[in-house]
Amino acid sequence: MKEQPILAAFVLVLLALIPSFLIAQQTKNQILIRNATVMTAARGTLENTDILIENGKIAKIGKNLRAEPGAKIIDATGKYVTPGIIDCHSHTMIDAVNEFSYSVTSMTNIRDVLNPTEIAVYRALAGGVTTALLLHGSANAIGGQSVTVKFKYGKPVEEFIIKDAPPGIKFALGENPKRSNFPPPPGQTPRYPRTRMGVMEVIRDAFLRAKDYKREWDDYRAGRTKIPPRIDLELEPLVEVLEGKRFVHAHGYRSDEFLNLMLLAEEFGFRIRTLQHGLEAYKIAPEVAKHGAGVSIFIDNWSFKIEAYDGIPYNAAILWRNGVIVSINSDSDERMRRLNLDAAKVIKYGGVPEEEALKMITLNPAKQLGIDKRTGSIEVGKDADLVIWNGHPFSVYSRVETTMIEGEIYFDRQQDLARRSEIEKERQELEKLDINKAPTSGGTPPPIPAEYRKDHHDNADEMPEIILQGGNN
Amino acid sequence: MKQKTISVLTILFVFCGLVSSQSDGSQQNLLGKGGTFAITNARIVTVSNGVIEKGIVLIENGKIAAVGTNVPIPSKTQIIDGTGLSVYPGMIDSATNMGLSEIPLGANGTVDVAEVGENNANAKAIIAINPHSSHINVARVNGITTVLSMPTGGLIAGQAAVINLWGSTQADMAIVPTFALVINFPRISTFAGFGQPQIDFNEALRRRNQQLENLKKIFKDVENYAKVKEAALKDKSLPMPKTDIKLEALIPYIRGERPIIFTAERERDIRSVVKFIEENKLKGIILGGQEAWKAADVLVKNNIPVIYTNIYRLPVREDDPYDYLFEAPAKMHQKGVRFSVATGDAGAMLRDLPYHAGIAAAFGLPKEEALKAVTLYPAQILGVADKLGSIEVGKTANLVVTDGDILEPRTNVKYLFINGRQIPLTSRHTELYERFKDRNLGN
Repeated sequence: MKEQPILAAFVLVLLALIPSFLIAQQTKNQILIRNATVMTAARGTLENTDILIENGKIAKIGKNLRAEPGAKIIDATGKYVTPGIIDCHSHTMIDAVNEFSYSVTSMTNIRDVLNPTEIAVYRALAGGVTTALLLHGSANAIGGQSVTVKFKYGKPVEEFIIKDAPPGIKFALGENPKRSNFPPPPGQTPRYPRTRMGVMEVIRDAFLRAKDYKREWDDYRAGRTKIPPRIDLELEPLVEVLEGKRFVHAHGYRSDEFLNLMLLAEEFGFRIRTLQHGLEAYKIAPEVAKHGAGVSIFIDNWSFKIEAYDGIPYNAAILWRNGVIVSINSDSDERMRRLNLDAAKVIKYGGVPEEEALKMITLNPAKQLGIDKRTGSIEVGKDADLVIWNGHPFSVYSRVETTMIEGEIYFDRQQDLARRSEIEKERQELEKLDINKAPTSGGTPPPIPAEYRKDHHDNADEMPEIILQGGNN
Repeated sequence: MKQKTISVLTILFVFCGLVSSQSDGSQQNLLGKGGTFAITNARIVTVSNGVIEKGIVLIENGKIAAVGTNVPIPSKTQIIDGTGLSVYPGMIDSATNMGLSEIPLGANGTVDVAEVGENNANAKAIIAINPHSSHINVARVNGITTVLSMPTGGLIAGQAAVINLWGSTQADMAIVPTFALVINFPRISTFAGFGQPQIDFNEALRRRNQQLENLKKIFKDVENYAKVKEAALKDKSLPMPKTDIKLEALIPYIRGERPIIFTAERERDIRSVVKFIEENKLKGIILGGQEAWKAADVLVKNNIPVIYTNIYRLPVREDDPYDYLFEAPAKMHQKGVRFSVATGDAGAMLRDLPYHAGIAAAFGLPKEEALKAVTLYPAQILGVADKLGSIEVGKTANLVVTDGDILEPRTNVKYLFINGRQIPLTSRHTELYERFKDRNLGN
């Protein structure tokens, strides 16, 4: 009698196991993209090529590949496939960009302010972007901790974050940290610093403190001291930088201040991972290459402030010829949607070869972010982060047809078009509700949502996002 | 010979760059080279009359003297072999602040876009355009030869100028120095400034109506002012009114002799503008035009064109389709609205004009229409189609020779002509490139 329930449970477990075991054998969640022009960003462009995806990974690349029955087949005849675009500088999804109060805000973390429902994410997917580095603004010499995400729009925010991506931190040089010391209340001194001298001293001081702090912990861990040091949330991330465990992404424009930052880093025994914006990086390309920093740039944005006046679209070409890893970023929800055309400009300005240009929005930013083992190019074993284009991705006449991340489709133009009438209907239904009636038609006056116009480049630190009437910058 | 001249010039300006990398003025003043030119054996995209394969364009006295496959070439003509190349009319950006804003942030001294006050009818862009702005050479080497430069501030912003991107003085550059008046048409805005609570809708509506009343009153004042003046001129016994510089400036515009550019994006605002234009019998142009296609009926009926500046913009509402602003030009085209595509850029980035048009083509606008939207159509809207916008005999020789489709970002401009002068393809950017491209450690 006693054994019967145990036996029954055993049978139940078996019954439960068998089908799942069978299914696991049967389906590997295969997707077969057929007959595309595949721009691998690693091994050239392959004509009339198939890509087989299994469980979110690229399983095979070749001709006449076969998929198991029930696999999803995408006919990509006449279409192009590229790796998902990676934007190495974005402030999308972020509900708070700057912590203005201090010049060192390394205790803050972008992770805490992510909004996964941000519509700009969907619009970026529609432009072929799958991955982004989300950074703080540039109000602080040492800003907050950054996070690298995949745009899994519709999923909970935890699933956006690339778990094995190395952590990062934002630094900022030049005009922005200088002018973020907004007029203080009467009788108080403005925030330090307000010169480039002071910016560099803030960074030096922070790392001197971090070194002391690290020594205290090293002593304690080695048993040389008995009492554990007090945890310092400001210095913890900087210790990680000293130990090479956290990447520094430094915002700046002028060549001289980048040089000084690289020298300072070398003095403390670490490396700057990326120079962000780096409009004048071309002036010091050999030094950048020697230090080993990557550079993440606007392809051709310039003249929007004084330190951006020497920006040139040939920046990428000069850096590339010096062996620097270059990526092209957007720093803008708007620009993010057309990074493919920004990459195309690299060919025009300085004659960079096509595949190298493509790498600047795919494999290179993946390398800069330390995620190139899993994404950034079309190679067997990597995540199936892919974009299908209806024409050459560097043609202005081309559009994104489908964007997938790890084999899941997050944007599909045909589905998008098909859904529009539904959304329109839903809108009409919502507008009929009393709360949404126009003020003149007898309804309760509604609070009208603010017009949404997130704009433009690196001036995220400016408190106002400038809204001008009449469509001018 | 020509190649030699160019390389000498290049060396000269590289040298200038070495001496002073901050000097941006010299570039714009490159006079280029005049004379008679023939571009031979090229693909000629006339825009107005189709494409001529292996054709010739003859440039004489600053004008297009001949176009075709069988064109006699006078002696002493400088020949440009156009084999494998295409010839296009220079592109026209019909909404910019070119020359009015060099560095918008941190260098207020270089910004002359928006005057103080609500009525700046007498403020003229042509007075403040800096002929030596480095934005000029950067834009033109990508094939943009003509722009509308306009002021933006207040209710009545001032008068916009049609200029060529060549010349040492404002007069050199001007094609139509005071082409149109720019009015920021009052709109309902609940935005009260950053950190400020939103304005209640009814209050926003009241403010907008008040502004509109203000605008109407200004127009009435001008009408009365003009009438009194006219009467006094006819009848010497009547007193001449005191000259009012602002009302005076408005007379040709309220009489419909010159166009007024009204900024408007949303359908309801565009319809309000059209009503205002009808009521006051004005010659109107819509600037912005996000939802102009929704007001196609009244725009077409009144023959009001749109200068569309919304390709590089995000849709305003969250539930707008992702391509809402990309496909608006195609919808305007389908509904018969006259329009041009413009950047709306202050100056530095207006070299992207061809890509604005190209993106519209990716989202449904026929390619030929996209090209027209940055050549012939802006020429028509800016009232200069007799001189510009297509390759036709008698028109000004503003020409661009490329190695491919002019709207594609991979295409290179090989030769550039403005007013029939061959302009060097150098800019602040090529200068800095030459200065630093071969730099090694320690030099």
